[in-house]
Amino acid sequence: MKKKIVNIEKNSADFINQDNIHEKEHDKNLWNARVKRDRIAQSIPEWEELKELASKIKEHTLSHLDEYVSTFAENASKRGAVVHWARDAQEHNEIVYNILQERKVTEIIKSKSMLQEECEMTSFLESKGIEVTESDLGERIQQLSHQPPAHIVMPAIEKTTEDIAQLFAKTIGTDPNDTDPHSLNEAMRNNARPKFLRAGAGMTGANFAIAETGTFVVCTNEGNADIGAAVPPLHIASIGIEKIIPKVEDLGIFIRLLSRSALGTPATQYTSHFTGPRKNGELHIIITDNGRSTRLGMEDFWTSLKCIRCGACMNTCPVYRRSGGLSYESTYSGPIGIILSPTFDLEKYKELPYHSTLCGSCSDVCPVKIDISNQIYKWRKLVVDKGYMPSNRKYALKAAGAVLGHPHLFRTTEAFAEKALPIVPDFLIYSSLNPWTQERKMFSMAKNTFRDWYIKNRKEKNDKY
Amino acid sequence: MISTKEHILEAIRKNKPQGTQYPYPVIPSFPKSSKDIVEEFKENLILNAGTCFTINSIEEGENKIKELHPQAKVICSSAIEFPGNKDLSKVTDPHQLDDVDVGIIRAEFGVSENGMVWLTEKGMMVTSLGFLSQHLIILLKPQDIVRDMYEAYSRINLNDNNYGCFMLGPSATADIGAVMVRGAQGARSLSVFFM
Ligand code: SF4
Repeated sequence: MKKKIVNIEKNSADFINQDNIHEKEHDKNLWNARVKRDRIAQSIPEWEELKELASKIKEHTLSHLDEYVSTFAENASKRGAVVHWARDAQEHNEIVYNILQERKVTEIIKSKSMLQEECEMTSFLESKGIEVTESDLGERIQQLSHQPPAHIVMPAIEKTTEDIAQLFAKTIGTDPNDTDPHSLNEAMRNNARPKFLRAGAGMTGANFAIAETGTFVVCTNEGNADIGAAVPPLHIASIGIEKIIPKVEDLGIFIRLLSRSALGTPATQYTSHFTGPRKNGELHIIITDNGRSTRLGMEDFWTSLKCIRCGACMNTCPVYRRSGGLSYESTYSGPIGIILSPTFDLEKYKELPYHSTLCGSCSDVCPVKIDISNQIYKWRKLVVDKGYMPSNRKYALKAAGAVLGHPHLFRTTEAFAEKALPIVPDFLIYSSLNPWTQERKMFSMAKNTFRDWYIKNRKEKNDKY
Repeated sequence: MISTKEHILEAIRKNKPQGTQYPYPVIPSFPKSSKDIVEEFKENLILNAGTCFTINSIEEGENKIKELHPQAKVICSSAIEFPGNKDLSKVTDPHQLDDVDVGIIRAEFGVSENGMVWLTEKGMMVTSLGFLSQHLIILLKPQDIVRDMYEAYSRINLNDNNYGCFMLGPSATADIGAVMVRGAQGARSLSVFFM
């Protein structure tokens, strides 16, 4: 069978060309998150220092990960959690299924976990006859649409209110003309609650796992992870080995960075700390590798394991904002997805590293200082070295250029001139390291496409591509 | 045969960056805000859609609860100040709190930097009180407010409780058209009573 190669250029074109609404809305909503992030980051005098500390703590933990993972596991077991170990997705899913089967659980609720997404856990459990309900509203919207999350923090951000009104009308029987987010939310709240009460188990992921105490922390805005942990008798948490941090004290730094970077809010509404099972409840933790230890051994890419999944790099990426997250056809999309996905399967995701302008905006906003754009560049080199370069790929920016070269963008750019900064690719403004920044005449790019400009100005340097 | 655990740890050992170039950093102390701590807490709580009231007596508190939630039928409390009308000590299963209109809980402390309150399993008695209740009233002594997350974490001993939660205002979502909606799954409103 011929291997499926993700054609991100085509997928993005489909998203952009579907109408005149989705791309614009998407771009606007994500840009708003980016603006809010800037505002709140600037209100913290020690912001840059926090990023540096977070990065150092993560690098330290990753370079001593065996010790910290063992300590976490030991402490969690001491507190009464049952700790399981899973090498890959299959093992992870089977552990979950065995726990559920032993207790005859047939319905579960889960809060969003990227690791469980990565393991394709839901479809596995469904194939075994277990009913899985997403408790996060955005994630439930995606579930009812039979789609994976399009963004790691805002799973349904690709959908307009009208899309959701249609979807709810079809799936939970709301009035198709009712497009009020408040009443749509209310309808879903009422629809979901009985499922929460019926569930035999609640599943969560974890944002941080603390070696010192064996605690894990889950951050949500809806309190949905807490319902899953507080109501059903059984709580199962999937934790990737890279989530470990050494001490409780470290949370002071990470909690301050996470939600500010993600949505520009001071924290998530709920920051929940689990140190052992609930009274009369059972807690299982599945410590999962699924490729992480291999990534740890990749000299150029191991620091991608520092990622705390805030989504800031996606919100700021001029290419992601226009192409939509589903076009990446991978668990992780946007800039972070570009550097994680090839570690799962380089051939399948060989086009992804070209879906970037290398503008560096992602690296600038990353709260743990991952050099994302450098890593994207390194993947391009590897794609070439492995001989995966398609023959028609003449220049480095083809995929990104196709998105940025979309007429809508240029029309808008012309129409709003300088006011259009938010929709002009951010590298014009944000990257001090970037040679493009110095080219102020870039504002005239509507006359010749960015692609042309790029080819003319950069081709010599990137000849190989 | 080696265990899965050993297998994973061995893979990490083999692959992790070697050497001592990644020491644990020294964490400095950061400058503190000079605002009045209670005012700062209130400001941030309100920004996050919470409300707050200074309550001088139990009676005043009871009147305030009635005023805020005139329709409430079931009021359930883990705080000794207000008994409510559903006895939490008789609740053996978290599902039994499904009918609670107003849940009342005492917070161990608040954080002025962001308006969060720290709730624990011990303080809630049955943790579903914090999540199945339609509305929450949180009791907080104004002197129990710390400045920031560093102080907050130095005050907590995570081993004291199996569960602890920093709660910031009511449940929220912006998953439909990026419009902010309160009361996604958890509490629809959160009021702090300073008392
Ligand atoms: S790579 Fe950085 S910015 Fe992107 S999601 Fe991860 S932590 Fe956030």
